[in-house]
Amino acid sequence: MTHVLELRGITKRFPGVLANDNISITLREGKILALLGENGAGKSTLMNVLYGLYQPDEGQILVRGKEVQIHGPNDAIAQGIGMVHQHFMLVPVMTVTENVMLGVEPTKHGVFLDQEKVAKRIREISDEYGLEVDPDAYVGDLPVGIQQRVEIIKVLYRHADILILDEPTAVLTPQEVEGLFKIIHTLINAGKSIIFITHKLKEVLAVADDISVLRLGKMVGSADPKQATTESLAALMVGREVALTVEKEAAKAGEAVLVVKDLFVRDEREHLTVQGVSFEVRESETLGIAGVQGNGQTELVYALTGLLQAEAGEIHLTGESIKQATPRRILERGVAHIPEDRQRHGLILSFPIYDNMMLCTYYKEPFAKGVSLQQKAIFENAERLTEQYDVRTPNIYVHAGTLSGGNQQKVIVAREFSRPIKLLIASQPTRGLDVGSIEYIHSQIVKKRDEGAGVLLVSSELDEILALSDRIAVMYKGQIMAILDAKDATKEQLGLLMAGIHPTAEIRN
Amino acid sequence: MSNLTVPAPSAEKKESKIGAIWRAISVPVLAVVTGLIVGAIVILVSGENPISAYGALFTGSFGSPAAYVEGFSIWFSSGQTGALVRAFYPLTESLVIATPYIFAGLAVAVGFRCGLFNIGAEGQFFIGALCSAFVGYSLRGLPMIVHLPLAILAGALGGALWGAIPGYLKAKFGAHEVVNTIMMNWIAFRLSDWLLKGPMKASGFRPVTPNIAASAELPRFFPDPIRFNLGFFLALLAAYLLYWFLFKTTLGFEIRSVGANPDAAKYAGMNIIRNFVLVMVISGALAGLAGAAQVLGVDHWVGQGFSAGYGFDAIALALLGHSHPAGVVLAALLFGFLRGGATNMQSIARIPIDIISIIQGMVIIFIAAPAIIRGLYRLRGAKDDDEAVLTRGWGK
Amino acid sequence: MNHAISETNSAAKKKNRFSYGIVLIAVGLFIYLAFGLNTEAGLDAVFGLNLAGSNAALIPDLTVPALPVVYLMTLVAVFVGAYQMARGSRSTGWLVGVIAVTFIVAFLMWAAQGKSFNLTGMLSSSLVRATPIALAALCGVISERSAVINIGLEGIMLIAAQVAVLVATITKSLYLGLFAALFVGGLVAAAHAYLVIRYKVDQIVSGVAVNIFGAGMTAFVSSRFMQSSGAALNNSGTFPIISIPLLSKIPILGPVFFENNLIIYLTIILVVVMHVVLYRTPWGLRTRAVGEHPKAADTLGINVYFTRYVNVIAGGVIAGLGGAYFTLGSVGRFDEAMTAGKGFIGLAAMIFGNWNPVGAYMSSLIFGFADSLQVKLQILRIPIPSEFLLMAPYIVTMIILTGVVGRAIPPAADGQPYEK
Repeated sequence: MTHVLELRGITKRFPGVLANDNISITLREGKILALLGENGAGKSTLMNVLYGLYQPDEGQILVRGKEVQIHGPNDAIAQGIGMVHQHFMLVPVMTVTENVMLGVEPTKHGVFLDQEKVAKRIREISDEYGLEVDPDAYVGDLPVGIQQRVEIIKVLYRHADILILDEPTAVLTPQEVEGLFKIIHTLINAGKSIIFITHKLKEVLAVADDISVLRLGKMVGSADPKQATTESLAALMVGREVALTVEKEAAKAGEAVLVVKDLFVRDEREHLTVQGVSFEVRESETLGIAGVQGNGQTELVYALTGLLQAEAGEIHLTGESIKQATPRRILERGVAHIPEDRQRHGLILSFPIYDNMMLCTYYKEPFAKGVSLQQKAIFENAERLTEQYDVRTPNIYVHAGTLSGGNQQKVIVAREFSRPIKLLIASQPTRGLDVGSIEYIHSQIVKKRDEGAGVLLVSSELDEILALSDRIAVMYKGQIMAILDAKDATKEQLGLLMAGIHPTAEIRN
Repeated sequence: MSNLTVPAPSAEKKESKIGAIWRAISVPVLAVVTGLIVGAIVILVSGENPISAYGALFTGSFGSPAAYVEGFSIWFSSGQTGALVRAFYPLTESLVIATPYIFAGLAVAVGFRCGLFNIGAEGQFFIGALCSAFVGYSLRGLPMIVHLPLAILAGALGGALWGAIPGYLKAKFGAHEVVNTIMMNWIAFRLSDWLLKGPMKASGFRPVTPNIAASAELPRFFPDPIRFNLGFFLALLAAYLLYWFLFKTTLGFEIRSVGANPDAAKYAGMNIIRNFVLVMVISGALAGLAGAAQVLGVDHWVGQGFSAGYGFDAIALALLGHSHPAGVVLAALLFGFLRGGATNMQSIARIPIDIISIIQGMVIIFIAAPAIIRGLYRLRGAKDDDEAVLTRGWGK
Repeated sequence: MNHAISETNSAAKKKNRFSYGIVLIAVGLFIYLAFGLNTEAGLDAVFGLNLAGSNAALIPDLTVPALPVVYLMTLVAVFVGAYQMARGSRSTGWLVGVIAVTFIVAFLMWAAQGKSFNLTGMLSSSLVRATPIALAALCGVISERSAVINIGLEGIMLIAAQVAVLVATITKSLYLGLFAALFVGGLVAAAHAYLVIRYKVDQIVSGVAVNIFGAGMTAFVSSRFMQSSGAALNNSGTFPIISIPLLSKIPILGPVFFENNLIIYLTIILVVVMHVVLYRTPWGLRTRAVGEHPKAADTLGINVYFTRYVNVIAGGVIAGLGGAYFTLGSVGRFDEAMTAGKGFIGLAAMIFGNWNPVGAYMSSLIFGFADSLQVKLQILRIPIPSEFLLMAPYIVTMIILTGVVGRAIPPAADGQPYEK
């Protein structure tokens, strides 16, 4: 059997981090190799080494049995390696044709771009692999699923026969994922070989011919998809038996804390991304908002926290309308917000931890008297919170930017939970964190709920939604498809709703 | 100047205080040294002797030791102060030159702290000076205790207005302050051309304002020709107040938060728009005070080209002082001595005064690219943990 | 549910439509009050259409009755305003055009009543005055399309202007002077590129440093060498006017477009070439990709840093041409600070022109027009201080930057260093 690609003993170090530690994998011709691992396990680093974006510190790359040096994407492309990046590498203000031809432009008279020739070739590729797309469309106008097709066409246009798909399903609905799998099989039938990177166990079992598992930068094992189960793969991936369920008592939901009625929100680019959303969150209850990323959840949270002005509709917090309210007013009414992008909104990375610990309450006693900041109280507060919330840091004077992602998130949680709150809005609270931090943050969220706060949990991880929520709302294209009781909800049902399809099963409100 | 280090008392810091200070000032100091070396090369290429040129620069800025000795001996022997005053003249003159630099440097520094790049200090300076001069010469017969504060206030208000316009346009429309402050400079120059030729012109041939009343002059402490005056101490006071405001008050915390991460500041309930306008008002007021100090303390009238070069100098000062008030004061003293000495260098060593601009341009580059300095002097690469953000492209 | 949204939306549109209508009517009233009441009935305004010393065929001057035209402009503005309020929804650009045209025409009638005013002369000098602005703007366009802001182009132009005149005077060759200006422009830009790409220096800080250095260096050289030497180092002469055969004979168009010097022709050619390169060639495609999404370009094997170096240096060469214009193309001698902020106005023209070469050139023409109008009006001795007219371009720039007249969108990665 030919090994179309082999990586031997790849080691890649970054300052303070061993991202890849002596990793070896092999890809068989015409097969799909799944590279499985948690966020931060080193999958993307390994693929960037293969694609020439990083240079390995040690190790060899063999293509069809011959050792090759890959110093940059051009070398990778020359070896027939193509990569579909997790974050699409497309220029939104350019057409599909321009994006595809970029870097290998055919010319007329040796000078001028030959767009027609490329457009024709794109149509050929479209027909051959079932990748329908309009060559003249602007990429920024295309839906995410189609943009992914453009990425695949880009790779095929360069005659790649080894395709790397980096987390290709992260931004797709379950139904779009089905479509992608069909495309993958067409590619395999045409003789291509594929490396499929993911952290989703079921997908691996559905498509892979071989499985390699990474954990903390190391190869921890291979598995045969015919014998492996989700549990055995999960154990390999995480390194211990994982408890995906969180211990929690049944909700004793009380009065409504947050009432949202017919809410419409426009994003910064004037797109109407939230279209008529209504729901309520009650005391001592967690409402989970499930949905594929980019279906209006971000803007919904922005509108609820005052970061975006709602276009129309009503938002009531404990009876008071906060539709026009400023973020300050909303915070003062007892709303805690764990933001989706912790480095953008949640922290000032260049400020010390003690400043970040009072970022929202700096103007209040005991941190300020009049306009004068009270340094002693500020330090004491930070010392106490780092202790209480187990923030791992040398001291409270270091910049927040020096902390790991998990500890940064703990700083935010400590700050937000340290003031009296009635409503907690947690947006993707565990994205990119290690398992230990995830468990800790989950337990804190449950604790807040049990103390009587209403919790609005927005997450694109279905497991997280199912583990924490009492009720689950599913968002699709800016609307809420249904609100289900968490006890009755199944993953399949939620998956269909996330794709905009109402299952025939009875839906309770 | 322990203020240059991190303002937090840190028990775990093993590094000595001296080490920490050296870490903070090594790059600025070496940048200035390297700038002077580049200046020396330019002097050499232009066919003069850099050592004698810098010698003239030194005596021009600090005074000559021989003159001090002579001045003191005459004073001790005969009680006559004339020679002593002449000996001290260069040193005090350098401090006089440093005074508007302190104000103007603080103006740009406070902008940097909020992520705003005020290139308009020059125009704000000019408008401030014109406003002070107007109050100074048009009101007559007021007691000094009323007239002088009024004239100073007028300068601050004029500068504040000139800064507030780009601040408002930035806050309201996202119009980039770099271009707008530059435009405001040119508008200020044209406006002052017109004012000095027409409405504010003194009788006589030259396009200058009348002299201000004595009651609006900043008091001087020594006999003529020493022009050292109260303005210098007002500048130091402004630096201290700005330090207190930025690092010890909630308003300053907001400004620094908006500068370091506007998204997080908005999340924390801070009003970005209000802070942009507030900072441009403060920045403009400080630049206006620079003009006020110059006209009320030194010149007593305003003519064309009054503010030439101060805007870009102020940027260099803020960068050199790491946007910290204490650093700005040190940088301004340095520039005061350089400029003070440059006049002497021009008359004695025939080196055009513009050599100082060349040195300043180089210093800015070295400060902004510390890697060059670290590479040249094999310094250990300290991590750049400066919180002040300079600019962000052309805005949204 | 959805109708609620469309209602709020159309309410906003209605408000917008209404406010534009009001602005138009206000402009109409202003024209009447400011110019209509101050224009004497029965006086004619004479607009000269021939330029002295030009090759063009002679045509009669345009004589119009001043007051009726002012009234006509008032009516046009008010009528369009009323129509806008009633029916509305014309494009913003069109409405701004109506405001500009009615205002300027009425203003000219008022200013030229009972006098003669050479229109062709003004248009010709508009093009001339637009040239340095346009070259600065083109320098900005080509750099910023690859995401490098070059605010130092004022300093580059100063240095190039001085080097041009020095080399041309010493060698007695205008072409060598021009070549030296292009070279030194590229060289200074290369230093800027090196600082911002290699050392990731804040691009605006580096640009400011280039400006300070440029102003200082040129003033130093000027006062150390050029002033003392009299004309020996500072008298280069200028490029002669080249009349294009046949085309220069066309009335109005001939003197405006086809009787100019080398640098002005080069500028127009440059606009066309740059447009073609940016939008029709592989290099342009790559440049735009690097400016919008450098990471995407990098993953396709495009060298982001190399692309940026080449574009910034090319921009420097163009700014060098702009510098040469101030001396070799205009007065033939160097004076301190002679660029007088034209580089910054060029940046404004670039923004107004939406980062594209043709747009940047058109915007430069508007600035050139304002500049030359101001000079002509001084000759007509109208009772507005020339200083206020000189302020106009700066104020116009600030209004443009507010985005009220349509928001310009910079390349997405503009001003950001690229980290692999």
